[in-house]
Amino acid sequence: MIQIVDLHKSFGGKKVLDGVNLDIQRGETVVIIGQSGSGKSVLIKHMIGILKPDKGEIYIDGTEICCLSEDDFYKLRKRFGMLFQGAALFDSLTVGQNVAFGLERYRVFSEEEKTKAVRESLAMVGLRGIETLMPHELSGGMKKRVGLARAIAYGPEIILYDEPSTGIDPIRADAINDLIIQMQREMGVTSVVITHDMVSAYKIADRIAMLYEGKIIQEGTPEEIKKTQNEVVQQFIHGMAKGPIKEY
Amino acid sequence: MPDKTRTPPYFIFFEQMGEVGILLSRTFKNFFRKPWEGRIFLQQLEEIGVRSLPVVSLTAAFGGLVFGLQTYMGFHRYIGPGSEAYGGPIISLGLTKELIPILVGLMVTGRVGSSMAAEIGTMRITEQVDALFTLGADPNRYLVVPRTVASIIMLPCLTLYGDVIGVAGGYLYNAIMGVNRTLYWRNTMIYLELWDVITGLIKALVFGVVIATIGCWQGLKAEGGAEGVGRATTRTVVIASICILILNFFLSRMLPVSLGQ
Repeated sequence: MIQIVDLHKSFGGKKVLDGVNLDIQRGETVVIIGQSGSGKSVLIKHMIGILKPDKGEIYIDGTEICCLSEDDFYKLRKRFGMLFQGAALFDSLTVGQNVAFGLERYRVFSEEEKTKAVRESLAMVGLRGIETLMPHELSGGMKKRVGLARAIAYGPEIILYDEPSTGIDPIRADAINDLIIQMQREMGVTSVVITHDMVSAYKIADRIAMLYEGKIIQEGTPEEIKKTQNEVVQQFIHGMAKGPIKEY
Repeated sequence: MPDKTRTPPYFIFFEQMGEVGILLSRTFKNFFRKPWEGRIFLQQLEEIGVRSLPVVSLTAAFGGLVFGLQTYMGFHRYIGPGSEAYGGPIISLGLTKELIPILVGLMVTGRVGSSMAAEIGTMRITEQVDALFTLGADPNRYLVVPRTVASIIMLPCLTLYGDVIGVAGGYLYNAIMGVNRTLYWRNTMIYLELWDVITGLIKALVFGVVIATIGCWQGLKAEGGAEGVGRATTRTVVIASICILILNFFLSRMLPVSLGQ
């Protein structure tokens, strides 16, 4: 479904992605792990077209996204939902307006249906009756969940999660893991998840890929990743300060 | 040893001119494309227009008063007592064609241009601009177009309002100093043409485009956290103010003195 071929990206002379290759199949959940600043967010921002590659191609269902017209690209974006690292809620809008934002632009809804969809999306992430609150009135974890409700509200086929469990207590984090699994099983959603939380990664992933020094150095099922002989991956998944990864 | 890898300043200048040009052309292209962001447009009309009224009132009033004072003094000292009433047209021309558009442009730059850069810059560094994109809203149509259209409409309105206040200020000073009021107004009405006022409004319209474009451009390219937002805000005020002063000269030179010529 998503095919990334030889992706390169630099910022101000600093090479962040250095030939990434990754295939993501329809309906699977792929977790991307790697150090902070290793380019994971940059990688998923390429998948949705927020960033343009310096070199390399990204195909969605066989269509290369760089060459799409504005209208075709709009149709393609409709298939994606994204949860941002810091939630990225719009400060000037209420929680309800934030969640309805994508619905209004991607789906034609009556006011009544829209209100119902907003309520249901918020309920899915464990939030009720907060539609009229402003983002600054929410805790960090609540913001994250509202961001997730906004990403799933219009029923996208592919959801990109940038650290979904960061800043959330372990119980809520596990509830979000369950939600990711539920959406995959019941709605066939394809998920790409960035996380440092290996407990979450093992629970939700069909496959785990590790990004290191701009490349995918290892990919496989959670069991294969646990058993890998790759010292870099071993150091990372066990969270050890000593090992081949020096730069933190 | 000089650093040979450093980008030459002229290259950065042309690169930035290119960025502004691209932003401006995209914005004008999007003026006529649906969907229009009506709610944000109305908010911006209020922000740029209504909320700038106090600062424009004050600057125009004191601008008019000081212009009235200097003109009165000039006529009184160099031509003689009784000639001050001939200052009316000079005050009105100077205010409507030059001083009020500039004052309004600079005031709105400080008040609104900087807030545009800060608001959009904050949205940029907190990934809200990226979120707009993923949720089907083109950041240019959602953020830049409503601000630019509102500036284009509101700057001439504020300038016209400032003209009235400024001219009234100039008149007030002269009236207090005992200048013949009838002669003052008669001279003003004879020499001040509608085109003089329109010239100032055309300038204000151009300044509106400059303020919104530079504010949005700096906001959209902000990076590096709170420090980056601060830099974008400062740059907006400096760049837009300089552009306004330079453009004012060229517009004064290019626009005909009167429609008859």
